[in-house]
Amino acid sequence: MPAPSAAASQPLIRFRGVTKIYGAGDALVAALKGVDFSVASGEFVAVMGPSGSGKSTAMNILGCLDSPTDGSYEFMGASVGALNRDQRALLRRNFIGFVFQGFNLLPRTSAVENVELPLVYRGMAAQERRKLALEALAKVGLAERADHEPNELSGGQQQRVAIARAIVTQPKVMLADEPTGNLDTATSVDVMNLLTTLNRRDGITVVMVTHEPDMAAYAGRTIHFLDGRIAAPPSAQAA
Amino acid sequence: MFFETLKLSVRAITRNALRSILTVLGVVIGVGAVIVMVTLGQGTTAQVTSSVASLGSNVLLVRPGQAGFGPASASADQKNFTVQDVAAVQSQVAGVITAAPLATRSLTAIYGSLNHAMPVYGTDNRYLQAREWNVTSGRTFSDADLQAGAAVCILGNTVRQALFGDSDPVGSLIRLKQISCNIIGLLETKGSSGFGADPDDVVLTPLKMVQRRVAGNQDVNQIYIAVDKAYDIADVQSAIEDLLRERRGIGFNDKDNFSVMNMAEIASVLSGISGVLTGLLSSVAGVSLLVGGIGIMNIMLVSVTERTREIGIRLAIGAEAHQVLLQFLVEAVVLSLFGGVLGVLLGLGLAALGGQFLHVPFVFSPEIVAIAFLFSALVGVAFGYFPARRAARLDPIEALRHE
Repeated sequence: MPAPSAAASQPLIRFRGVTKIYGAGDALVAALKGVDFSVASGEFVAVMGPSGSGKSTAMNILGCLDSPTDGSYEFMGASVGALNRDQRALLRRNFIGFVFQGFNLLPRTSAVENVELPLVYRGMAAQERRKLALEALAKVGLAERADHEPNELSGGQQQRVAIARAIVTQPKVMLADEPTGNLDTATSVDVMNLLTTLNRRDGITVVMVTHEPDMAAYAGRTIHFLDGRIAAPPSAQAA
Repeated sequence: MFFETLKLSVRAITRNALRSILTVLGVVIGVGAVIVMVTLGQGTTAQVTSSVASLGSNVLLVRPGQAGFGPASASADQKNFTVQDVAAVQSQVAGVITAAPLATRSLTAIYGSLNHAMPVYGTDNRYLQAREWNVTSGRTFSDADLQAGAAVCILGNTVRQALFGDSDPVGSLIRLKQISCNIIGLLETKGSSGFGADPDDVVLTPLKMVQRRVAGNQDVNQIYIAVDKAYDIADVQSAIEDLLRERRGIGFNDKDNFSVMNMAEIASVLSGISGVLTGLLSSVAGVSLLVGGIGIMNIMLVSVTERTREIGIRLAIGAEAHQVLLQFLVEAVVLSLFGGVLGVLLGLGLAALGGQFLHVPFVFSPEIVAIAFLFSALVGVAFGYFPARRAARLDPIEALRHE
């Protein structure tokens, strides 16, 4: 993995002609048909598009949960498209934080333990882990709820715990998949303000999928997907 | 990391406490049954060994007819011994401490309205010496008793219990066949041997009393021999065989028409039998351990399906496949070991209880407890691996989508 100092000159994320084809034989479905875009370090990018437009597939590849069928994906200047399962797991563990629409916290597990989880897989000592997790919870404004379990927290609070879990490893990029999809408007605004703060104050790169233009408005720019391609590619010139 | 995994699995198991207990029931029963079988089996073996040792470890028993377990065969050439044979064995074979003649009959003893059937041994005080057996009340046979074949008897404790209860029978009269027999002594209790033979269920009388008044002959049908420990018992045994062949006029090529049994040999055969039985019953019990393992596999598969989303989360935030595998494998092993612990406790408890009921001593064997633990851990690994591998191979995208 190259040093992130090169970030200024090269984008954090670069898709070059990324294609993803599902199925086999006659049932082939092309979810992505040669997508090019890039995200620079420190950006806040929104990804929009209707269902089936390929944005979820793109996000899965971006998050190293999936590999492209064709084309190249460079993360911090290194091609990561061809990595195997465990190598991708290590990449996720060390450089990527995930926030999901459904929060995806472990049930019957306290907030602080949920936040600690990625650090557990890094093999960090319990004491240090606890300290970092509490710091992350403090950053999202939930320090006093550390011992509460998810079912004792509101939706907005749960999503903030999830955000704390995503940032506790100090990732290069945070991928948020419709983070406000399950929240009411007021809470959504809270969460968006939090993401904006984390982006501006702490310099965390954020890539967020959303259906709502209101939420996309918080981002620095928006990428639109349509039918497996980028529809109006404002990023093409930007990159 | 491993400690974390362990903590995690304990939590997952206690979260579904009832289900966990039901799941491990198979292992509990399997381990418990093996422990009960082995513990009781070892108790029986120990008891047989000690009861044969109570017969005297350096003891030979000579009987007419060819050797074999059970009653002596009633073959035509079954020729009994004589008092002279006994005297010859005593005086001519080196290493023989005591050779006691026995003339045995099964009779019924009657006292008042009570009766009790048992073997009657016509013998003399040498039998008591050879067996290192004392009277707790009364006396042994006097020379006059033995010379005259007097109608006197010494009771074993089982006979005394049957006819007299706890009271002292010495001085009372019992009837054996038509003979009124004066009780002169009570034998100390030897204790049951565990294979049905109760050494205390016996009445001793002078040899001549059985020969003349009961059997109507001069025969001795068993010789009980105590051998000096300084001598090799096998050498003494063959010396006795040679002597008796000569005295009984058996030709060079003819088979023995008597047998000399070594009690130590019998002990080892008996404990061998109880060992084989223990092994057999334990392997039957072991089958339920296998069934228990399948139960664990089943519930682990259910657990993997239930927790698909959790697995997806773990994979997404950077768990490697082997870490997820380890988590579920450790969970299965902890579950199985938990069953093992319960099984060992249950088994030891039942063995102690059953041992009391069956009059078998409780022999605690740390080896079998260790083996039981090892086996239950093995069951956990063997039957937990498949579900754990399934968890580890889940696609994180699919798993996260799982409701």
